[in-house]
Amino acid sequence: MHAAPLVALVGNPNAGKSALFNALTGARQKVGNYPGVTVERKSGRMVLDDGRPIELVDLPGAYSLEPSSPDERVTRDVVTGRSSFERTPDAMLVVVDAANLDNHLRFALQLIALGLPVVVALNMVDLAERDGLTLDTDVLARELGVPVIATVAVRKRGLDSLRAALTAAIGGGGVKPQPDAAEPITALQRRARHIARAATVSEAPARRWAHLLDSVALHSVIGPLLLVAILFLMFQAVFTWAAVPADMIDSGFAALQGWITDTLPAGFFRSLLTDGLIAGVGAVVVFLPQILILFLFILVLEASGYMVRAAFLMDRLMATVGLSGRAFIPLLSSFACAVPGIMATRTIEDEKDRLTTILIAPLMTCSARWPVYTLIIGAMIPNTQLAPFVRLQGLVMFGLLVMGIAGAYAAALILRRTVTKGTSSGFMMEMPKYQMPRLADVGIGLWTRTLIFLKRAGTIIAATTVVLWLLLSYPKPPADSGIAQVSYSIGGRIGSGIEVLVKPIGFNRDISLALLPAMAAREVAVSAIGTVYAIDDTGDASTQKITDKLRGRWTLPTALAFLMWFVFAPQCISTIAVTRRETNGWKWPAFMVGYLFAAAYIMAGITYWLAVFAGL
Amino acid sequence: MDMSRPVVQSVSLETLPRRQRAQVAAIDWSLLAGPEARRLRELGFDEGVDVEVLHRATLGRGPIACRIGRMTVALRRRVAGAIHVSPAAA
Repeated sequence: MHAAPLVALVGNPNAGKSALFNALTGARQKVGNYPGVTVERKSGRMVLDDGRPIELVDLPGAYSLEPSSPDERVTRDVVTGRSSFERTPDAMLVVVDAANLDNHLRFALQLIALGLPVVVALNMVDLAERDGLTLDTDVLARELGVPVIATVAVRKRGLDSLRAALTAAIGGGGVKPQPDAAEPITALQRRARHIARAATVSEAPARRWAHLLDSVALHSVIGPLLLVAILFLMFQAVFTWAAVPADMIDSGFAALQGWITDTLPAGFFRSLLTDGLIAGVGAVVVFLPQILILFLFILVLEASGYMVRAAFLMDRLMATVGLSGRAFIPLLSSFACAVPGIMATRTIEDEKDRLTTILIAPLMTCSARWPVYTLIIGAMIPNTQLAPFVRLQGLVMFGLLVMGIAGAYAAALILRRTVTKGTSSGFMMEMPKYQMPRLADVGIGLWTRTLIFLKRAGTIIAATTVVLWLLLSYPKPPADSGIAQVSYSIGGRIGSGIEVLVKPIGFNRDISLALLPAMAAREVAVSAIGTVYAIDDTGDASTQKITDKLRGRWTLPTALAFLMWFVFAPQCISTIAVTRRETNGWKWPAFMVGYLFAAAYIMAGITYWLAVFAGL
Repeated sequence: MDMSRPVVQSVSLETLPRRQRAQVAAIDWSLLAGPEARRLRELGFDEGVDVEVLHRATLGRGPIACRIGRMTVALRRRVAGAIHVSPAAA
């Protein structure tokens, strides 16, 4: 028996559900996943007027109880009491957009028909009023037969009345939903329109200013230019704004290393802490600012309503490879990280479309590649000024980014004609209102991402780094043998085995050693190379910077091949795991890993031999 | 405008001039795939509903954005072609 009654927050997409959830629960929320499907489960606690605590769960937005995508299926299963992971809700808080009543009421009617206690939040009444729409909540409550509370979630208006209504509505529980009383959609729609008309006191024509914004954002010429400018600004910001905080984190870890070196006696434990754990985790945490800036842009683009406009503009281009504009949104998110990107594909209704998007998402240059690219480019590519504002290092970085997109384009083209063949799916999307993104909502989103990232750095990345350090440090070679520590260690021997495979594409033993732990996460390659050289070097060499060490040991063709490898190679356990969950089995992740490794091997090989023949 | 003509001839949403208010006259559901038809209904497309074309991505015949009720919806032209509308005689 659970102590706290469960209240499900349900509504159409774009009804302001998440804002209401944030307003009601504040920071007391938990983000998790529904097992079997990668639909995020967001739940939080709130206290009713009579002191009873309740658990509020934010269900994915849906248009009806007939699901057409995995996230809508979760919503349907939970509210009908059929979910195997969620208990049957004791009540529902149904959110409808005041400015979009005829449409949102249809789903509300379906939900009310289930028979659970319901409170309706008539949300965003301020925007409706701004549009010249006046509604009568009493009429609406009478027509629907449930309490209706006018709210403005982002301004915390109406929350007290909402809490009072919930307190009254939640009884002892135990009500079973009755999902059989289904009414045909057209009939429901007509009833919804009728109720909406009855509740409308006065109405002015819909938002002209929003249409004006759209005539710029969706303009055939200005629109695409604006989108390119926004994306350019985004990538520019990632590299320039992140520099200062990244340096601060870097010096923080360096100071910690120094302090431990001074405090602890030399030996196994100190070496493990400084060379293994702090060096490895630090090398990755440094990239937190970049990742947060990327997520900041993506959250703002989504919250403002622009993201769907971008999808609209991209639809034609995506259609040439058999995808739709909808796929653009998860692919853009994949530039931050393929894991949330792949999770975002759950809004794509067409199964083949969705699968193709999942399979190409890892080709977007995710933030885990930057540590690798930055290190290798910084060490091996001269920073020649080619033209005003164009330097060779930046150009190579840009080239790798474009290579990923071109690879994804080619992959989608081939996949759509072979393994994910099917009729080209359509593109049909509601375009949400433009809205000023709320600082608090963006803040909560960023905070959630920070926690996920730090948890990853503290678990997967820390563990693989320590294991690698152990493998490379033992066994110790005989004191006078003259054999390097790394070559003699277990790790070194594994590396030599892999080297046989990757020698044809120009990789050396150090790379072979780094590739294995980098399966956990790409950025581990950086800390792994650092660990290899830290253990291998004694005396003067150990004080050299890692970039100097690279210059001495790697040739340019090897470096270029290594970079090309990372454009394609699916070196990320989390991506593989999320793909398995998302596609319900090992078939597609296995296929993804296979085709991406093949592409990585071929492309790295071509790069290496072209560079060798070009005399680089 | 010639007001003597009783009914303006029905055109499809695909060819409806921009910013011309119209009403959905009929939807040829047979041209639409099952899930597509359902989503179209869920977005509120139904006989008698007011529609208006807001934008057309002209380059390479991209999608169109239209207003339905108080909502803006993006559609591909093929789907818009299945929606017959009668322009309001304004």
